[in-house]
Amino acid sequence: MSTYNAFVTRETIEGSGEGPLADKTVAVKDNISTEGIQTTCGSKMLEGYVPPYDATVVERLKDAGATISGKTNMDEFGMGTTTETSAFGATENPAAEGRVPGGSSGGSAAAVAAGEADLALGTDTGGSIRCPAAFCGVVGIKPTYGLVSRYGLIAYANSLEQIGPIAPSVEDAAELLEVIAGQDDHDATTREAPWASEKRAGDAREQGSFDEAVGSGLSEAADGDVDGLQIGVPTELLDGADEAVVDTFWDAIGELESQGASYHEVSMESLEHAVEAYYVIAMSEASSNLARFDGVRYGPTPEYEGNWNEEFAGVREEGFGEEVKRRILLGTYALSAGYHDKYYKQAQDARDWIKQDFDEALREADVLASPTMPVPPMERGESLDDPLTMYLADANTTPVNLANLPAISVPAGETDDGLPVGLQIVGPAFGEKTIIRAGSALA
Amino acid sequence: MSEPAVDPEEVRHVADLARVDLDDEEVERFTEQFGEILAAFEALEEVPEVESEADLVNVMRPDEAHECLSQEEALQNAPESEDGYFKGPKVS
Repeated sequence: MSTYNAFVTRETIEGSGEGPLADKTVAVKDNISTEGIQTTCGSKMLEGYVPPYDATVVERLKDAGATISGKTNMDEFGMGTTTETSAFGATENPAAEGRVPGGSSGGSAAAVAAGEADLALGTDTGGSIRCPAAFCGVVGIKPTYGLVSRYGLIAYANSLEQIGPIAPSVEDAAELLEVIAGQDDHDATTREAPWASEKRAGDAREQGSFDEAVGSGLSEAADGDVDGLQIGVPTELLDGADEAVVDTFWDAIGELESQGASYHEVSMESLEHAVEAYYVIAMSEASSNLARFDGVRYGPTPEYEGNWNEEFAGVREEGFGEEVKRRILLGTYALSAGYHDKYYKQAQDARDWIKQDFDEALREADVLASPTMPVPPMERGESLDDPLTMYLADANTTPVNLANLPAISVPAGETDDGLPVGLQIVGPAFGEKTIIRAGSALA
Repeated sequence: MSEPAVDPEEVRHVADLARVDLDDEEVERFTEQFGEILAAFEALEEVPEVESEADLVNVMRPDEAHECLSQEEALQNAPESEDGYFKGPKVS
């Protein structure tokens, strides 16, 4: 059905025909619960699992009149940067033949890029919306932590992840984000965004006058007006990046400059430790979250003879793929006696340091910009044998999750070889309007 | 930066703690990869201590009963159940 293997399950929930998304099809990443429709997380462990309830974001899609067109392929449990670790086969990149679509929300980005869905939901724990958006030449938004409810999202790393939109344009992405955003009693970490209340009090951290003319709706913010926008460029996120990517990045900054924005370089030393801190925290949370998959409440039918520990270990050997095992084991290691202070505590210190650096940099700039990914889309099969190299590709996206901030990836252009490059724009907490406005000048 | 020694026994021990069986080839691959990955994590030792003022509030709600899944719905994905309960392997 799908040329690019973008979907795990192709099943339609017809829209009500009324509401802001009445004429839109939305593909939903397969780690977001859909009542009555198989939800696998890209894992054999959940093959055949049918959630008895909808995630809050799915309820909101239905309330907005959207037609849900299927469940999209992903790296198993969100653990990957290429959508090659899915138990249901790799997804292809519609924008770059023979290359990976990025991950972990590769199916969502590929579905939008190929026109197999108008819009899609992804999830972003360390770049899993922005990376595939960049690699497939579409737009993706990772919202501020707490803007979108995680109720019904099958958790990988709770303190880092957010559900967000993937769309062909910034305006479309903003419209979808507006539908799914907002406080939810089922997720105590959600809160009302300052801009959501009609009174525009203005976030204290959004300094200057750049944002004042923006109306209350998120999609109205996509007016492309970047006159007076101050962009900070963290030099650490350019160091070591692919030359063709950096060239394309500067072209996009030049385009923003020509529309009235200005930029300055800024040094954020803490970012050099973001990938390590991210992986220690994400793996630690994963080792705890994925303990629930033991074959009792869901999962493969156990047929082993043994006590429960032996049986659980057998189910988990069979149900999990190699990358998931690797992360569970490394997380278990990092949290185990004698290593907790060395890895987990240090990673939390790094997280605080990174937050401080962002706060400081965003006092001098409206937004920060970098290439979304330091490399163009990898060739398929290239990165599977070398996990550390794959982790390091997340250098530019993970800092944003550690700092709980919002970020958008918009197409910046292509390399000379015709490979898509994404521009990442990071804003202050709940500064979604600012990044939407800045991004809409390009897409 | 010294490479932390990870030996196959350590990998097996962690796998045992995490309740994940591994075959011999996985143990071999993980032993090598964990050495490399943990060596990269060592860079976190350079992170300075920072004073952080977390902007956190408790979120409370009244302790009241709400509607929830029916027993049937809760059990619908279980490989095995009996008399309205999940059925698991024997404890010992």
